[in-house]
Amino acid sequence: MSDRVRIILLLTPALLVIGVLFFGGLAVGLMRSFSYMPVIGLTQPNLDAYVAVFTSASFYQSFLLTFHIAFTSTVISSVLAVGAALLLRRSFIGKPVVNFLFQLNLTVPHLVGAIGILYLFSQSGSFARLGYDWGLIAKPSDFPALIFDPYAIGIILQYVWKEVPFIGLIVLANMQVIGEDYESVARSLGASRWQTFRHVLLPMIVPGLLSASVMVFAFTFGAYEIPALLGQNHPAALPVLAYRKYTDIDLASRPEAMAMAIVIALMSAVMILLYLRLSRRSIGGRHGP
Amino acid sequence: MGPDPFAARAFRGIIGAVLIIWLVLPLVPLAIWSFARGWRFPDLVPQEWSGAAWRYTLSDTSGVLSSLGLSIGISLGAAAVSVLIGLPAGRALGMYQFRGKGLVEVMILAPTIVPGLAVALGIHSVFIALGLTNTVAGVMLVHLVPTLPYTVLVMAGIFANYDPAYEAQARSLGATGWQTFWHVTLPAIMPGIIVGGLFAFLVSWSQYILTLLIGGGRVVTLPLLLFNFATSGRNDIAGAIGMIYILPGIVILVLTAKHLSGQNAALPKGRRP
Repeated sequence: MSDRVRIILLLTPALLVIGVLFFGGLAVGLMRSFSYMPVIGLTQPNLDAYVAVFTSASFYQSFLLTFHIAFTSTVISSVLAVGAALLLRRSFIGKPVVNFLFQLNLTVPHLVGAIGILYLFSQSGSFARLGYDWGLIAKPSDFPALIFDPYAIGIILQYVWKEVPFIGLIVLANMQVIGEDYESVARSLGASRWQTFRHVLLPMIVPGLLSASVMVFAFTFGAYEIPALLGQNHPAALPVLAYRKYTDIDLASRPEAMAMAIVIALMSAVMILLYLRLSRRSIGGRHGP
Repeated sequence: MGPDPFAARAFRGIIGAVLIIWLVLPLVPLAIWSFARGWRFPDLVPQEWSGAAWRYTLSDTSGVLSSLGLSIGISLGAAAVSVLIGLPAGRALGMYQFRGKGLVEVMILAPTIVPGLAVALGIHSVFIALGLTNTVAGVMLVHLVPTLPYTVLVMAGIFANYDPAYEAQARSLGATGWQTFWHVTLPAIMPGIIVGGLFAFLVSWSQYILTLLIGGGRVVTLPLLLFNFATSGRNDIAGAIGMIYILPGIVILVLTAKHLSGQNAALPKGRRP
């Protein structure tokens, strides 16, 4: 058996599953978003669903909210994760515990984190009770709305809780591969701590940081259960809106749901392309060891 | 990196303590709720403790145990199929250079970036026609979309450091293809199968929207039940289910701690469970 045949045979099962389920699912979604469904006699593709979606104010509100959630969560998580990785690189009391909790956190499903955030930050939650205990508030409604709120603070808190360990462990692994020699040289040549971080370490961890951030952005843009649990009703995050449209009693709104699913998929495609561009530029001529 | 004064170490200790509290904090009210009876505002701790939520959760009437069994079955099935399919693909990607390899890698990795909901709506319309909606088999199948990329990745990593010369040696000594696989290849790649399989299990274990959509609310896995109790205000039962729900992750983490602490482990590279 030649290598070529062998490779094809080895890859076929995986490509079949991904091809049929993933790309097939995308393709069918795309077709249905154009109201094209030969099986039930719809053979004239049209743009009705996209017109309906792109002319509705609630879509734009949902899109902006979702973008805000994904962008803010990703930026805050990335910054805190780099800080956490810098910390975990050095020795301190409790380091093994932080290390263990970072890994444990990766295994905790988002839904559990979301319920925990709900119990902590809702207006009758643990922090509201603390506020009452300390005389800061007189009744639950005095506590600022952090859940079901227009700024999606509870959702962002949950994502930061889950994603700081995720990005942090990737960046930490990068830092361990890089070692400390480059920084030692920079320091011995008179660079300050900040200069060493900014011009020596940061450029080397950027590719790993970017790839992790892209994954986080795409995930937070397309996740359903967290905004479904912690988000306000209107505007809802895009995945929640798409699911509602899809399960609407009125079957005619299904193509609209498909169009929103395609928007979410396109957004993640944009993220992948952006990442490929950025990572090429940041690595250009500046390879790590 | 120069001297490490006491002040700097103390500072790191304080930040570390803040991190530890923040990481544990969201899990604390869940645990407390599961033993609380009517924990009302503004009580900081419950006035009354009770095992009622746990008794109900573990009783036959709540449906938690059957959901737990169903979840375990679906995740085990998805993990097993992912390993079976991911193993050969990982071998191809880890051991061979070929034209179009980059494209194949992007295709296999795409599901880790593109959100499940974006493809699940399309899959749902096809599964309706195939009679796979509202079935356990359909849910298990759709879980392969997020789980398979991870097993392929883990297996590709294992095979990249694998020396096929041992196989050639076994063959030259008269072993059949099957014997070679069983006695030479399999033991060598076992760590990858275990880590990749556990990984796929956890990825499937945490799925929510794929199960809700393809299962149509009829295939009630543990997260679906948890979501329902949490949104219906039964915080005590949600707390108990939440504790059960995170248990496999903790067990797997402790069991694989050896693999995880290594530089070449799969999880610290940050693949998302």
